This record gives sequence, C-alpha cells and structure tokens, in this order.
Amino acid sequence: MVKNTLNVGRIEEGFVLDHIQAGRSMDIYKYLHLDKLDCCVAIIKNAKSSKMGKKDIMKIECPIDFMDLDVLGFIDHNITVNIIKDAQIVDKKTLHLPDEIRNVIHCRNPRCITSIEQELEHIFLLTDEEQQIYRCKYCEEKYTGHLARK
Amino acid sequence: MRHLMSPMDFSVEELDKLMDLAGDIEADPAKYAHACEGKKLATLFYEPSTRTRLSHEAAMLNLGGNIMGFSSADSSSAAKGESVSDTIRTISCYADICAMRHPKEGAPMVACRHSSIPVINAGDGGHQHPTQTLTDLLTIRSLKGHLGNMTIGLCGDLKFGRTVHSLIHALVRYPGISFVLISPEELRLPGYIRSDVLDKNNIPYEEVVRLEDALPNLDLLYMTRVQKERFFNEEDYVRMKDFYILDMKKMALAPKDMYVLHPLPRVNEISVEVDSDPRAAYFKQVQYGVYIRMALILTLLEIEVK
Repeated sequence: MVKNTLNVGRIEEGFVLDHIQAGRSMDIYKYLHLDKLDCCVAIIKNAKSSKMGKKDIMKIECPIDFMDLDVLGFIDHNITVNIIKDAQIVDKKTLHLPDEIRNVIHCRNPRCITSIEQELEHIFLLTDEEQQIYRCKYCEEKYTGHLARK
Repeated sequence: MRHLMSPMDFSVEELDKLMDLAGDIEADPAKYAHACEGKKLATLFYEPSTRTRLSHEAAMLNLGGNIMGFSSADSSSAAKGESVSDTIRTISCYADICAMRHPKEGAPMVACRHSSIPVINAGDGGHQHPTQTLTDLLTIRSLKGHLGNMTIGLCGDLKFGRTVHSLIHALVRYPGISFVLISPEELRLPGYIRSDVLDKNNIPYEEVVRLEDALPNLDLLYMTRVQKERFFNEEDYVRMKDFYILDMKKMALAPKDMYVLHPLPRVNEISVEVDSDPRAAYFKQVQYGVYIRMALILTLLEIEVK
C-alpha cells in the first residue's frame, strides 16, 4: 500500500508558520509580500490537523530579520511562528493584534482622503481590542474587508 | 503645538478651561481686541461654507488679527492637482494658524502631519466638525448653566448628521445625560454609535418617531436639517425632508425652559414663527460659535491675555 504523504525539506534559516486557518496561506503570501522576495517558500494547504481539522502550513527560507511579522497578528493571531536558524527551531513567536497596520489593507471609504491622494500611507489603528476592530487613521472608517474578524 | 481634529482631542477639564475663556471673552470683548495683533489666520475652504468660514474669520478679526485664504477648491492650487500636504507646507510659511474644510474625510489630519502651524478641522466630509461641537457645548453650558444632568432630544437626520454624532460623543462624558433620539426609521442613529458610545457608557436613551411624544420631557431640543447632499436618491430626500417641522403648536408641548438649538442652516424644519420664542437659541448659538473660536485660536496659539 502506498502512503499518501508529502515531504517538504528542512530549511536552514527562516520561518515555519503553523496552524494557519485552512485557505488563508495565500493571503499571508500576499500580505507578507513574499512574491517580491527571492526566497524559497513552501505552502502546504489543507494539511490534516487534530486541533483544527484542516490547516495550512508555510515554510519560508529567508534571513529572520527580513520580515515584518506584525501583519500576521492582524491576519490571524492564532498562527504559530517557529523561527529557524541552523535548521533548528530557536524561538516560537507569540502573535498579538498590532496597534497599527501600515500599507497592508486599504481604506474603502470613497470619501476618505486616501481615495484621492495616492501617495498617502494607508494606516489602520486598533480601536477595540476585544472586538478586534481596526479603523482608518484618517476617516475612522471601520475595516470590513475579507481579513476582518466576522 | 496642538491641533484640533476632533472634539475629543480636549479632555473635559481642558474643555471647561476653553469655555471659561469663551465666557470671559463674551463678558469683556475689549480685553481681547488686540490679543492677536500681527497674527494671520488662513481659511482653507475646499468646499463652500458661509457660516463656518465667516465665524473663524470674525473670531480672528475680533482678536485684532488678520485673515487670508480661499473659499472653494476651484480658487486654490487644488484645482491644479496640488496635494493637501504640499498646500499646508506652503500655507505654514504665510500664516500663524489655519482652519481647513475639505470634502474628503481625514484631509485635515493629513494637513496637521505636515504643518508647522496649528490646524483647526473646520469640517471634513461627513466625518468631524469639532468647532460646531464646541459651539454646541458652550451654548448649552451658557444657557443651562451646566452640561450634565439633562435629557437632550436629537431630532431629524440622525444617520448622516455628523454634528449629532460628535455631540453625542462629547456629551456622554458628563454625568446624568440621557437622550431621546427622534427620527424616521430610515434616518436612525447608526448602530455602531448606539452600541459603541451609548450602550458602552450606560447612557439611557429611547428612540421615537413622533416629535410630539418627546417634547414634554426634554431639557433641550437639538434640531437638524435633512441634508440633500447625503442622499444618492432624490426621491428618498423628498420623502424625508418635511418629516419634522417644529412650529409653535409643537412648542406649546415643550417645557418653558427647553431651549431649541440647530447647527444651521435650516430649511423648513423650524418654522420662522418659532424664532421669536425666547426658547429659540439657534441664533445665540451662532454668536457663541464666534466666542468659542476666539477662545480656540488663543489656546492653540498659546496666547494668554492678562
């Protein structure tokens, strides 16, 4: 009988992101701007998980000071971040909701100043930690895009 | 250096101080007549607003200062495509303080990040209009003698009316406030203000449709205009615009000390016959608007008058 397994090799330096909500890994790929990095990225979708049923996993081979992981806390603060150096896990990072997010999500309010002044940074502030609500720094419009907590 | 972006930029104590100063200006305007000599206020109005612009200008002129500016985007460099940040950097070289009105929400916030002079938000789209809120607070305090312990009726367009939203935010900081929200179903106060501001602060409120039902129990009535520019559909506007008309018949139902406020301009929501009622306070409100803006200019310019 052939076992249905998929092997992805070890990485020397970088991150292993585990417990990603199934289907969210491509969001992370996009918001971490991995398409702009010349590094090896493995994305495993719909892996079996005893805790979550299904989960995504990402392995990113890059220098560990290369990436701003704050955005991960915004996307899903339940993700486990393993930091790898010399092919060993040297740290596990606990994620939290960042107080501020810059240029990750965009304000959709057509009356917002960011809709006409293209050079402005898109800044969102965490205004309610309990409800996980982010509002545009300029017009205070609540973020309701697909990354918002429902 | 401080700016004014939202009425919540000032603590209750700072607001008290600001209103005390406005009260002193009202009592002795001559004392302040030269306080801003040699200072210039720039009014950067990217959309027309007679009252707010003239009120800021009157305030500066009353303080002995000078004024400059533009009153529409067409007569400014914005028509050539200049950004708000470039405009404010330039204006900072000409003036000592500026008041900005802009149709886009957050534009004054962009300005204050690049400005070397204090910026007053004189209204940004449907977002904030802090000097109107300061005006409302000063009017209420001056007429009633205090800001807490009263039932305030808010009537008309509670959905799009930014003056109402800002006033609610500002008033919930005072003890003993309750609201009666008077609006048609379509123009109810947005759910997020009911939950995030009223419920969160345990502020008692009730929602009614008929103005007549609310009037006997109010200490203050704040009327608003149904604004045509907030509707995408002409038909909806026409249906809503005459929903509330305050006349002497309705005023007969109200307590003898229930003042009527309105941010103006009014269309027909307050009959002209109400103007002669001593409880009609909306033109006094305009005067208080000048006093509070004088106090604000002095405060932001850090000018003390002995």
